[in-house]
Amino acid sequence: MLVVEAKGLKKYYDGVKAVDGLDLEIREGEIYGLLGPNGAGKTTTILILLGLTEPTAGEVKVLGYNPTREALKVKRLTGYLPENLGFYDDLSARENLRYIASLNRIPEREARGKIQEVLELVGLADVADRKVGTFSRGMKQRLGIAEVLLKDPRFVILDEPTSGIDPEGARQILDMITRLREERKMTILISSHLLHQIQRVCDRVGIIHRGKLVAQGSLGELSAVMEKGTHLFELKVSEVTDELLAKLRAIDGVVSVDAEGDTVRIEARDDVRPQVSRAVLESGVDLLELKGHAYTLEEVYLRYFQE
Amino acid sequence: MSAVFWKELADHLGSKRFIIFFFLILIVGGASAYLAAQSLSGTKTSPDYIYLNLFTQGAGGLPSFLGFISFFGPLIGVILGFDAINSEFNRGTVSRVLSQPIYRDWWINGKFLAGITALGIAVASIVLIITGLGLYMLGFPPGGAEISRIAMFVVISVVYLGFWLSLGILFSIIFRQTATSALASIAVWLFFTLFLYMLAGLIADQIAPIKPGVAPDVFVKHESIRDLVLRFSPVALYEEATTAILIPQYRGLGLAALLKEASIPTSPLPLGQSLLIVWPQLVGLVALTSICFAISYVIFMRREIRST
Ligand SMILES: Nc1ncnc2c1ncn2[C@@H]1O[C@H](COP(=O)(O)OP(=O)(O)OP(=O)(O)O)[C@@H](O)[C@H]1O
Ligand SMILES: [Mg+2]
Repeated sequence: MLVVEAKGLKKYYDGVKAVDGLDLEIREGEIYGLLGPNGAGKTTTILILLGLTEPTAGEVKVLGYNPTREALKVKRLTGYLPENLGFYDDLSARENLRYIASLNRIPEREARGKIQEVLELVGLADVADRKVGTFSRGMKQRLGIAEVLLKDPRFVILDEPTSGIDPEGARQILDMITRLREERKMTILISSHLLHQIQRVCDRVGIIHRGKLVAQGSLGELSAVMEKGTHLFELKVSEVTDELLAKLRAIDGVVSVDAEGDTVRIEARDDVRPQVSRAVLESGVDLLELKGHAYTLEEVYLRYFQE
Repeated sequence: MSAVFWKELADHLGSKRFIIFFFLILIVGGASAYLAAQSLSGTKTSPDYIYLNLFTQGAGGLPSFLGFISFFGPLIGVILGFDAINSEFNRGTVSRVLSQPIYRDWWINGKFLAGITALGIAVASIVLIITGLGLYMLGFPPGGAEISRIAMFVVISVVYLGFWLSLGILFSIIFRQTATSALASIAVWLFFTLFLYMLAGLIADQIAPIKPGVAPDVFVKHESIRDLVLRFSPVALYEEATTAILIPQYRGLGLAALLKEASIPTSPLPLGQSLLIVWPQLVGLVALTSICFAISYVIFMRREIRST
């Protein structure tokens, strides 16, 4: 069963296309990483999944329900860790959790045991009665995870769970997430802008850029794509000849050449446009058009994910 | 909704601003009631409804308890509401709360009910303390009619404060900054407590100017126009309603009505009659509150919940 099924999702803020035709499928039991630079539309996508904002267009189903019209059903089954999470600072950690438990109508007696259990799980049991105002960022983040677990969700959404956390703290949080998936059989969506940090825990990742999903798959699949080529070019010529194709293939850095009608598609590891136009001239056909593809995965990757 | 209610109620009752206001009203109300009781215990001429005087009679430069509530009550109601929603946005708690399975209107309603309960507890206990003070100073207990009028006064006061609370909550939804919503609330408060009275006078002067030697019916018209304008003010509605409840002789609202009935000797009306007189005012207050709620719902139901 698909936990998230989104088709053609769009969210426009007067003029800004925060999410622009996103298709997303998350399978039951997997950890899915939603990766993208700042402003890519990760948070907006998550808000749509939770019914916290309405999409401009497109269809979404979360656990089989429509988040806009059946928000309560989605929220009953889904745990959400927002990106800038805040607590009631003048209440203790335990009191904060007790409030959330009561909003979920968990009976008082049951809640008491559960709160203790999740606090122990995230390692906050000793400070449970301290005011949250005195907590460090990392402690608040762990308290947020405890809160998410309180309602035994089937689906968990974590928006940048490691942002602002030191590497050791981030590692602990990610370990906790993998452990939870094993023990509780939950489906987990993690958003992040740090590929190297979360790639370890994700079964599949989707790369989102300017509101579009530009690549999706397991890390193996994605890196296979990356190996192949980093630059894409499209070429229109008056006639596709074998000589032309042979010359194009011979260019240093070209990975593959495909012809279809009068169009030739070239994948290369470098910007080979000068060599390509020379090859066209040398083989005696006319060059009608040469354009570079809008993006390549490598560009997205390099620019944003390997800082 | 009960979860929201209990949390918010505990927040209010423990908050500094609530405690400060509680003691402020208690001190002012207690002092003016004390002075009123002192002047009353000497006379003993009209034992009828003497307890009500504790609330309507100002003394020694202090406003009466009634006057104090009608002027400062709005501030108290607004202060419990002006940061109800926007502070949750600013603290980043709104995303956590609204990702739980609760309806957004429950959240607003829970906050409103908690606020109005806190106000009710405050007003009722202060009125009880004042009545107790009266018992001590006057030396005889209030009659049944007095008790029911005082209870009615408490109810109307809570409805009045409830309107201001709902206005504060509305502003806390409209404005993202708590400072802005506080300022907007104070502006509305000043408008209704000060400017509208001036404005009503101005409008009446325009339509039915009073010159020396003018016919009495022009005078009546002037006053009824003034009253009509003031009918839109929750402050005026409250003053009319509580005057009718606390001054049993009172039979019509506004000077115009009083003039018409000036020839009839005034005897106290039964509570039911007084209630009939104030019914429109009560309905008006509740209607104003409902308008605030309706606007709040419309704005908040579809708003994006993003903590930034
Ligand atoms: N209320 C809004 N009005 C206008 N534009 C908005 C609004 N909210 C978000 N945006 C824009 O939508 C785009 C996507 O924002 P979003 O918060 O989804 O990004 P993100 O991927 O979560 O980024 P980050 O890594 O910084 O959290 C951004 O360009 C942002 O400026
Ligand atoms: Mg984000």
